[in-house]
Amino acid sequence: MRWLLVKDLQILRRSKMLVGLLIAYPIAIALLIGLALSSAPSKPRVAFVDEIPPGQSTIALGSTKLDVSSYTDKLFTATTEVPLASRQQALSEVRSGAVLAALIIPPDFAIKLSGAGFDSSPTVEVVYNGDALKQSFVRSTVTAQLAQANAALAERLNQVAGGYIETIADGGTITALGLQFKLLGIRDTLGAVDRVLADKPSPATRRELAPVQSFMSIGATNFTRFKDVLSAVERPVGETETVLSGRRAPLDTFAVAVAVTVSLMFVCVLLASGLIALEREENTFSRLTRGLISPGRLLVAKVALAALCAAPVALVMLVGVGLFVPLDWGRVGLWVIALVGGALAFAALGVAIGSLAREVRAASLLAFLLSLPLAFLALVPSGSVAPAVYHTIRVLSAVFPFAPALEAVNAAINDTSPSLGTALAHLAGLVVLFGVAARLGLRRLR
Amino acid sequence: MTPVDPGTPYAAVLVVRGITKRFGARTAVGGVDFDVGRGELLAIIGPNGAGKTTLLSILAGVQQADSGTIQAPGGGVGRVGWVPQHAAVYSKLTVAENLRLFARLEQVGDPDATVEQMLEQTDLAARAHDELGRLSGGNRQRVNIAVGLLADPAVLLLDEPSAALDPRQRQRLWAFITTLTDRGTSVVFATHDIAEAERHADRVLVLADGELLFDGTPTGLKAAAAVVGDRDLEEAFVAFLKAGGH
Repeated sequence: MRWLLVKDLQILRRSKMLVGLLIAYPIAIALLIGLALSSAPSKPRVAFVDEIPPGQSTIALGSTKLDVSSYTDKLFTATTEVPLASRQQALSEVRSGAVLAALIIPPDFAIKLSGAGFDSSPTVEVVYNGDALKQSFVRSTVTAQLAQANAALAERLNQVAGGYIETIADGGTITALGLQFKLLGIRDTLGAVDRVLADKPSPATRRELAPVQSFMSIGATNFTRFKDVLSAVERPVGETETVLSGRRAPLDTFAVAVAVTVSLMFVCVLLASGLIALEREENTFSRLTRGLISPGRLLVAKVALAALCAAPVALVMLVGVGLFVPLDWGRVGLWVIALVGGALAFAALGVAIGSLAREVRAASLLAFLLSLPLAFLALVPSGSVAPAVYHTIRVLSAVFPFAPALEAVNAAINDTSPSLGTALAHLAGLVVLFGVAARLGLRRLR
Repeated sequence: MTPVDPGTPYAAVLVVRGITKRFGARTAVGGVDFDVGRGELLAIIGPNGAGKTTLLSILAGVQQADSGTIQAPGGGVGRVGWVPQHAAVYSKLTVAENLRLFARLEQVGDPDATVEQMLEQTDLAARAHDELGRLSGGNRQRVNIAVGLLADPAVLLLDEPSAALDPRQRQRLWAFITTLTDRGTSVVFATHDIAEAERHADRVLVLADGELLFDGTPTGLKAAAAVVGDRDLEEAFVAFLKAGGH
């Protein structure tokens, strides 16, 4: 078997284009992923037209003044603002594609917000390009920014309203129409009524004041709770995060695991299927298996060689990505174990595919056509398709190596669950399964 | 396979009895019996689909017979060399690397010495470091045959050895095969080039539809076909098949 491995390495060494691709492919993927994940996401360019007349962006809520422009600034924390003078100009820029969207604040925005126009709430106009791809890119960003601005404004309005509630409950000074008023407050009013009733007034006065005392008592106890109600309205639903099935992998390092597993799969499956198909293409399979080497040992040699080539390539890729994305270098040993486990399972799948084909090209095409959809299927998230379809996808993914290999690599990189051990046991089962399939395939060919 | 004694002159080195191979309902080889003597050059001729390649594959140990026995030197396929019709060598390896690889897999005593000897014997020493993919069809076939000879087999099986060769290459090939038989190596070759069989074979086997129709000398085949005058073996062969209903 040693000489067979040496022979295959000699053949690989002379297949310069193939080896070049095997080396260049993971390096290119590593660089692309690294750059994509380490670079800050570019902000979509969004035109902004503020039609509020100069000096009218400040609104008065009682004694409090709010500058609306300080809230419109929040709209551009995740986008690049392109200030424009008119709506027409904004529409033209969106049409030309110079900006992905336009946000237009109408002239009556501040007036409506101040409550002068209670008949309708203030609105902003968002203009998108009809291009589906561009729209999908910017729409969620703009919507999220609007939600944030709304929340900030609602919080400020609640603070103002909360101040009024406190003044009504506890007393204080308010300003309205440019004049200052001193308010007694419910608690002090209740105290005054209590003192009058303590002086044993006439029965008629007592009858008159008793309902007032009762109302004030209820008000003093409950009025400040209105602030809590306002807070609840401001943010009716909060969130508590609970992660099931182990630790959560950060999105960027999960992306690294996916990229490495996809590369491992392609290099390994293509190499293993090609190596076994090469023996048929060169007519050497019969010569080898007529007593020089058993078909089983031939398969083991091909699986071993493909795994030995692909696992280091994937490791180089992982190390390359690690230069851009922070990875836990203390887990390198586990990376190697996961990559070797995945490589063996992919190689077993590769030899099974190779045993079905008579030519290297046919084997490569078959390997590509089979691997790619299975990788995509394994990445379909639950809830995105009907439960029955998802169940079918899970079963299908479980009998091919991509899903368990991804679990193994993800567990090795991110310490997620299922654990590395579980994933490796799954992969070991698939090595046996595809090894047997390959052996049966070779028997068919003799 | 049962061992036979390859050392006795003129004794059978390969004894084949009742070999049958079926693929589903079709009988590819049906109850074939024959012997091969030491240093004998035996041609298996027959029309396409007669079962020639299947029979050689069974003798080489590539396929298993459904029934029958083969008595071979050493009791296994190790002393039977096999040269398939299409060159079974690696295009990306050089001539020497191919020979060295198979010499090691054949577990010959001194692989490097064997390779040198085989390069000399096949007149390929000058091309030893050329990749197979860059050689002509004739030279590839010589390497193909050289691989079959690495283990110094007592019997060499050749499947359509000259099919892809030009006349000059064919002439060199047969000169080489003759040197083998002169040294005592038995050669069994399958061909549908009847003239080639007539020119080189000591004995011919005629196979048709898996059935062995004739086992004897080329002259004997002409006689069996009742061919008169100067008509060649090909005409005798066609007449023989026609008379047999094939």
